[in-house]
Amino acid sequence: YAKLSTHGCISYVVFRFQMKVKVLSRNPDDYVRETKLDIQRVPRNYDPSLHPFEVSREYTRALNATKLERVFAKPFLASLDGHRDGVNCLAKHTQSLSTLLSGSCDGELKVWDLTKRECVRTLQAHEGFIRGVVVRYCGTSFFTVGDDKTIKQWTMETPGYGEEEEPLNTILGKTVFTGLDHHQNKSVFATCGQQVDIWDEQRSSPIRSFSWGVDSFSSIRFNPVETDLLGSCASDRSIILYDMRESTPLKKVVMTMRSNTLCWNPMEAFHFTCANEDYNLYTYDMRFLEKPIKVHMDHVSAVLDVDYSPTGQEFVSASFDKTIRIFPKNDGHSREVYHTKRMQHVICVKWSSDSKYILSGSDEMNIRLWKANAAEKLGVLSHREREAANYSQKLKEKFQHHPQIRRIARHRHLPKIFSFYRFGFSSTKPGSVPVLSEKEKHVVSVVK
Amino acid sequence: MAKVSKIRKSKKRSKVAGSSSKKPPVVYDDEQEEDVCGAEEDVSSEEDDGEDERKRQKLLEAIGALGGKRKHALAERSEAAVHMSEFSMTADDEADLSDLIGTIEKTPAATAQTKKHLKNLQRSKNTVECPLSKQENERIQRDVAFQKAALEVSRWQSIITQNQRAEQLVFPLNQEPSGPKPIEQVVMGWEARTPLEKEIFSLLAANKQPILDAVLTPAEEASVKAMDLEQVKIRRAERQKARALQSYYEAKARRERKIKSKKYHKVQNKAKRKEFVKQFEELVKTDPAAALEELDKMERARMQERMSLKHQNSGKWAKSKAIMAKYDEGARKAMQQQLEVNKDLTQKLVTSLSKEEEEEEEGEGNTDMLPDFVNDAEFKQDSSNPWMRGRLSEDPTEMELKDTMDVTAEGASAVTKEAEEEEGSEAEGTEEDALLREFDSRRKQRQDQESDTSAVIVNDGDDGVEEDQVTEDKVAEISDEEEEGLSEFTRMYRGIGKSLEKDAGSKDGSAELEEGLMRIRSVDDVDLLPQETPTEPQQAPTPQHQKSAEQQPSRSRKRKKGIELREVLTKETKVIKVPLAPTVTDSEEKLDQRVLIEEAFAGDDVISDFAREKRKREDEGKPKVIDLTLPGWGEWGGLGLKPSKRKRRRFRIRTEVPPPRKDQHLPSVIISEKRNSAITPHQVSSLPFPFENPAQFESSIRTPLGRTWNTERTVKKMTKPRVVTQLGAIIEPMADEQLLKGKKKVSARRRSRNTKTRTQPAK
Repeated sequence: YAKLSTHGCISYVVFRFQMKVKVLSRNPDDYVRETKLDIQRVPRNYDPSLHPFEVSREYTRALNATKLERVFAKPFLASLDGHRDGVNCLAKHTQSLSTLLSGSCDGELKVWDLTKRECVRTLQAHEGFIRGVVVRYCGTSFFTVGDDKTIKQWTMETPGYGEEEEPLNTILGKTVFTGLDHHQNKSVFATCGQQVDIWDEQRSSPIRSFSWGVDSFSSIRFNPVETDLLGSCASDRSIILYDMRESTPLKKVVMTMRSNTLCWNPMEAFHFTCANEDYNLYTYDMRFLEKPIKVHMDHVSAVLDVDYSPTGQEFVSASFDKTIRIFPKNDGHSREVYHTKRMQHVICVKWSSDSKYILSGSDEMNIRLWKANAAEKLGVLSHREREAANYSQKLKEKFQHHPQIRRIARHRHLPKIFSFYRFGFSSTKPGSVPVLSEKEKHVVSVVK
Repeated sequence: MAKVSKIRKSKKRSKVAGSSSKKPPVVYDDEQEEDVCGAEEDVSSEEDDGEDERKRQKLLEAIGALGGKRKHALAERSEAAVHMSEFSMTADDEADLSDLIGTIEKTPAATAQTKKHLKNLQRSKNTVECPLSKQENERIQRDVAFQKAALEVSRWQSIITQNQRAEQLVFPLNQEPSGPKPIEQVVMGWEARTPLEKEIFSLLAANKQPILDAVLTPAEEASVKAMDLEQVKIRRAERQKARALQSYYEAKARRERKIKSKKYHKVQNKAKRKEFVKQFEELVKTDPAAALEELDKMERARMQERMSLKHQNSGKWAKSKAIMAKYDEGARKAMQQQLEVNKDLTQKLVTSLSKEEEEEEEGEGNTDMLPDFVNDAEFKQDSSNPWMRGRLSEDPTEMELKDTMDVTAEGASAVTKEAEEEEGSEAEGTEEDALLREFDSRRKQRQDQESDTSAVIVNDGDDGVEEDQVTEDKVAEISDEEEEGLSEFTRMYRGIGKSLEKDAGSKDGSAELEEGLMRIRSVDDVDLLPQETPTEPQQAPTPQHQKSAEQQPSRSRKRKKGIELREVLTKETKVIKVPLAPTVTDSEEKLDQRVLIEEAFAGDDVISDFAREKRKREDEGKPKVIDLTLPGWGEWGGLGLKPSKRKRRRFRIRTEVPPPRKDQHLPSVIISEKRNSAITPHQVSSLPFPFENPAQFESSIRTPLGRTWNTERTVKKMTKPRVVTQLGAIIEPMADEQLLKGKKKVSARRRSRNTKTRTQPAK
């Protein structure tokens, strides 16, 4: 009993002096990781009072991100040289990302391997200019048109040793062809010259010809989404739309100056953008040609070529002013301009089918490879890298209106001449000319 | 030339249109208009042409006649159709409608109807409208074609707007969803390829075996089909009933299994046994052969039990229990039960049955008076020990002894004696018997008392200590009516306590010794051991009670209670209220700290400093008098010469009084009204485009994006890039499948919306 009673006493004592004692107690399960490959668990307290000055801190981060973006903006990747005359046309391979075709003004066609950055095949396709190159949708052959009034079809495979380069097919036309495009999924292609012709690959005469009181066309493009529609730029300052299935053209819009090329948006069936001689690009909705939905200004000379990003969110334009500019599809001004000292008038431009690169062919016989996002890190990103990039991108977007950030983000190292052209003097008296919105200014008429 | 002029015209028109309305004019094709005009001209001059032609023809003939023969020699090759008409007339001859009608009237074959028609025609003098010109026709065609194309293209509208609004776009568009596919797809997509697989499948197909894991084989399906509806219904009902019954029995069994009362189970078992015996007896009467079989079965079971080591207390469990048995009554009980089972099973059947019955009768007799006794350890010990059992059952003085209250020290000593003696010799004379009986009766009395006090008392192990106390507490708290009973109870307890004290006094020395001396050889020995133990739990509380009873017999009940562990345990931490030394020191420390700080910043008078600074600022803002007088300018200057008063008045300039300071009524605030030029380059000067008011813009800036302020998931959501592309994947233009997908999405959304609206009224 003694034992028991003492036990009772002890317990009494213990309970009598029981106090509430706060002890730091940590469960190892909360902070010890199970394997060393696990991420360290960091307990967080999101109490805003513990993390003050969020706006100013994020502003600083955004500023730093913008500066870093400019630091890392090195868009120029490679120059492909080998042509002996100005590069007149480019074509993407439909199935292979690393293959590029280019035609020059001396009738030479080169096939490039972009990963190796070297020419893998050269052939004398035409006498005189090569006006257009296009790869068939299956990627096994390609077509060229030239100043020698011929359309030639070539196989994509390099001929074996000792074999001569010979076209699979040659069609002799009556007039010079100035442009060429292939249907998205049918064995039909279209050429333009004095009229627009639709050809079946199996026939030597066009299955359909469209002419609408115009002498010559400069370019023709199939709509990649609504695949039977076509658009062409004519020398009478008009853009004409066609339907391959109809016997007549659909509609035309006449602008103040001539359009050089047009390109359909690959994600939006009824939107196309045309590159105009008046230094601007115009995006139209094909259903409402009375007014362009956007005028894209920034070039200081005629725009010669335009190509959409395959995502349909942006397009790139090549200009006579020796620059390439990248425009968001619904922005009036370019987000990026590429320029090098040695690059002359840029005649053709293409956006690669994975949307990461831009290719430009210019007068001084070189093809240049650019990054579509100048500061983007190419290659595989680790998870944390990607997260950080996303975060800084959003920060830049958030603070884009702040003057310091905007100043840094918009700064480009360009020759003075560009700014002069851009903000040149106006000779007219204010009020002497009726004010017209930029969109309405450039359309002369719509012809049914 | 005409064309050029036309173009000019159209330009003029366009200019006019441009100035009047901003819409670019819709121009119809120029050529076409021109041609239309030309056609009109042709129509007007057609008649003149006819005459000219005739004249020309005559002239030609005349010239031809001049030539004479030569012309004839050179015969022209010409198409006959030009000169010949289908009515065998030359083209030159004119045919009037009246001529034709005239011929018809002559021909009998022509019907009256046609004649009528022709007559009508002759009567009407309206000319048929000219067909549309080619150009106009083309324009209409173009318009129609354009409308068609525009309509066709417009089907993409929804998906385009959807993409424009989308938070994130992932390219390429037609990506296959990552992750596991549904099993049906995988299974259906699978085909037999290798020859072995093909062979197996052909065999399976030939034997009508299921290729896919079907629930029923084809044969089964066929049989199912063969059964008629009625039968199926009956079967179904049967199956349902069976299932219900099964579930009912299961539930019942579960319920019964959960009942913890041993008594219940015992009664149950007994009932079962009785039932069994009854059946068996009936069986003996009706079907002796079956009864024999039953007997045989039982005998076999008995044999098996005898052979096996089951219920022999030799297993692992039993050994562990044997160790515990010394202290734990429960363990002892369990072991005894085991042995009992063994005995039951190994006894010859018929004899055991009769004995049991006897015992049952006894038990029934006892239960009336001692309901809890059934569960007691020692009773069982008796029952398991035929030696004990026999005697107790024969005990005649049991009832008489029950009421005896005096507990003597003899009892305890007797117990020990008994234990010692039992070890030595199995059977002794009537003395032992008497002793045993005495002991037993005493225990019974105690138990009776306990059962009186409360039913809750559980009499086992160490717990007894607390629980006894608890019951006492309860008793103490009962209302005054029961006080008498309580006093009786306490008296009783006191009595017991006294005796136990004596016991303890006598035992204290010997208990330990005994522990050392006792050796447990068999389970029966173990049974003997705890004879002391049941007394122990009751002994624990007694000393206190004794004391309380002896020292303060008339004190209040609260005092009597003494220390109640339960209460102390359940009480809240009020106990801390007891002033503790450390807290005092703590506060002193705090004070010290304060003093220390005060000392450290003794000379630092912040408030006066602030006031001084504010005054300084205010003074800076006050209007000042600037003295621009130049001594010696326009008059003599030198030591001791002051500029004239007039001059001083003239060249002293007072600055204007500034507006009152904003902080003039706020004593503890300085408001600086100067612009901080260091911040301005970082501030947005005008409201950016998509925002409609400054508040909107500010709120967009105020929400932080980073993981310092947001949870991981939120950060991920907020920093999601707008366009995601895959490195090295060709992005194809949008195809018709996307259109279908978009439609599906839209329709699904609509459906969900519809269902929502449908469910809402139900709510």
